[in-house]
Amino acid sequence: MRQDATPSVDVSAKVETILAEHRTEAEDLLPVLHAIQDVVGYIPPESVPCIAQAFNQSRAEVHGVISFYHYFRTTPPAAHTVQICRAESCQSMGADALIEHAQRALGCNLHGKDSEQHFALEPVYCLGQCAASPAIMINERVYAKVTPVRFDQLIAKVRGAK
Amino acid sequence: MTTRIFVPRDSTALALGADEVATAIAEEAARLQLDVQIVRNGSRGLLWLEPLVEVETDYGRMGYGEVTAEDIPALFDSGFLRGAVTHDKALGVVDEIAYLKKQTRLTFTRTGITDPVSLSDYETHGGYAGLRAALKLAPAAIVEMVTESGLRGRGGAAFPTGIKWKTVLNAPAQPKYIVCNADEGDSGTFADRILMEGDPFVLIEGMAIAALAVGANKGYIYVRSEYPHAIATLNEAIDIAYEQGYLGSDVLGSGKQFDLVVRKGAGAYICGEETSLLESLEGKRGVVRAKPPLPALQGLFGKPTVVNNVISLASVPTILAKGASFYKDFGMGRSRGTLPIQLAGNIKHGGLIELAFGVTLREILYDYGGGSASGRPIKAAQLGGPLGAYLPESQFDTPLDYEALVAVGAMLGHGGIVVHDDTADMTKLARYAMEFCAIESCGKCTPCRIGSTRGVEVMDKIIAGKDQRQQVMLLRDLCDVMLHGSLCAMGGMTPYPVLSALKHFPKEFGDTLGDASDSKSLV
Repeated sequence: MRQDATPSVDVSAKVETILAEHRTEAEDLLPVLHAIQDVVGYIPPESVPCIAQAFNQSRAEVHGVISFYHYFRTTPPAAHTVQICRAESCQSMGADALIEHAQRALGCNLHGKDSEQHFALEPVYCLGQCAASPAIMINERVYAKVTPVRFDQLIAKVRGAK
Repeated sequence: MTTRIFVPRDSTALALGADEVATAIAEEAARLQLDVQIVRNGSRGLLWLEPLVEVETDYGRMGYGEVTAEDIPALFDSGFLRGAVTHDKALGVVDEIAYLKKQTRLTFTRTGITDPVSLSDYETHGGYAGLRAALKLAPAAIVEMVTESGLRGRGGAAFPTGIKWKTVLNAPAQPKYIVCNADEGDSGTFADRILMEGDPFVLIEGMAIAALAVGANKGYIYVRSEYPHAIATLNEAIDIAYEQGYLGSDVLGSGKQFDLVVRKGAGAYICGEETSLLESLEGKRGVVRAKPPLPALQGLFGKPTVVNNVISLASVPTILAKGASFYKDFGMGRSRGTLPIQLAGNIKHGGLIELAFGVTLREILYDYGGGSASGRPIKAAQLGGPLGAYLPESQFDTPLDYEALVAVGAMLGHGGIVVHDDTADMTKLARYAMEFCAIESCGKCTPCRIGSTRGVEVMDKIIAGKDQRQQVMLLRDLCDVMLHGSLCAMGGMTPYPVLSALKHFPKEFGDTLGDASDSKSLV
């Protein structure tokens, strides 16, 4: 992962384009951060200075906003993100067991990625599918009533589609 | 003749394969050269039956539940286009299904019936009658009607909506804003989502009425990022409303302006707290503000702001269209009108149940829910999301009414019920409540930020069986500090699930001395 201060040309151009296309009043910060994550896949820490400049805020303020919200990522995502709901309703229908199964099936821990950076496994707190628990999300698509068997089928489909 | 087939676009239906079902129907109809029109409706709320496909016939809309793409050829063979009921998955006339028939659908009257993004469908089914009525009234008269209806905030705090609006109406500062709180983060709740995905125009109409009532000309809908379908549906509906003159500089030719935008949250539960939501809308960290000042006086950008939940705003068109007394006639005590109850978790028939206040929890769990999904005895039901109390079997006869629940140390919240069977470990659920608070605390006040982490540690010791009596005492003390010392409901109510679990299931905590009768617990 890049840790140096200069963003890659490609990423920096994308961020510049997004900043140019959006209003940059204070209230537009979240929509702009969403746009960057949608296009780049994450919010590169090295893009914080130019976001801060566009919004006339300090880097600390922008960093503070990014780090507050669970949805924003600051490292490149894995090829596929699998989110499993941990909230009470899903717990009542076996979410804990599903998470254990998923960790074994994907070969990574919750909050982690597998060795090939193919899957990231994340917890999520309620996808609003509580009458059809447990629910998971794979790359922005929601699936409900997910048993370990169905989980394996869904993952096999994702692996097959690569 | 074209046969209309309804396949929901609601995200629960999609999560169970509705798109594949719609595609299979289109392909099979093409293969058989049959004339069908597929309408993507919202959900009826019978969520255990999703995807629930309906076919329009002379006898009414015939339902087919839990349909998969593989079922489609056999359904066509069985004559489902004529509404045949011979197939295993046939349910008969949907409106006659007891779960639905026994409900009082006021706010959700169109959801699942209409095409969510068809404005003409919306108006045919009574839409915009409320706004048209409101346009003939003075602002104060609209506020008076909402006050008179007895409507209280459906987000959880149950504050009288009319009084909030009156405060904003009388505030001298300009401009004013209408903010819809659609950050529905409580586990076990999905009424906002079903409404936004299934009948978005009713929310748009409700917000326009609120704007007229208080003199605002801009509104925001703050939707959580976990609801991509709701966001897409709202944006689609808002675009149509603008095109047709229901939003914009001249709403319905009245000369009044109302602009509406959707804002996407970013996965912070705390942003469902109104002041934190306002901070987030302003582009900041979602840190809770101290009150006063009230958002009604100094809200978004420091200006007078109505912050209401989706269901509160969506209830307003009915009140304006049918009158305050019509709405007020439903309900009991000080809880007037209807409540969309969301039944979830380990339950056979989970879904949305809109009823007048006053139905008991037992009726919901057994008459509607049909008992647990696992078939095991129901041990506890958590009401009102992750900050709500666990109710044991002995409290199942409590009516769902704001005051009746407060009297037993619980709260109704947003009307979500999560059911747990007898395999549930109450200590784990209590630990989870503290853990969730630690993860989601905004960090502004100490009882919430630090207390929740200490709470997890104490629960870990109790679960490990270490000094249980001492740890339980510590847990009570800690909860007392959180209850009374937190800035908002996040830290202030996290003790509800913890203390209610301790109070009703003390043996699981190794608390052999305490029991429900002599416990000093506050819940």
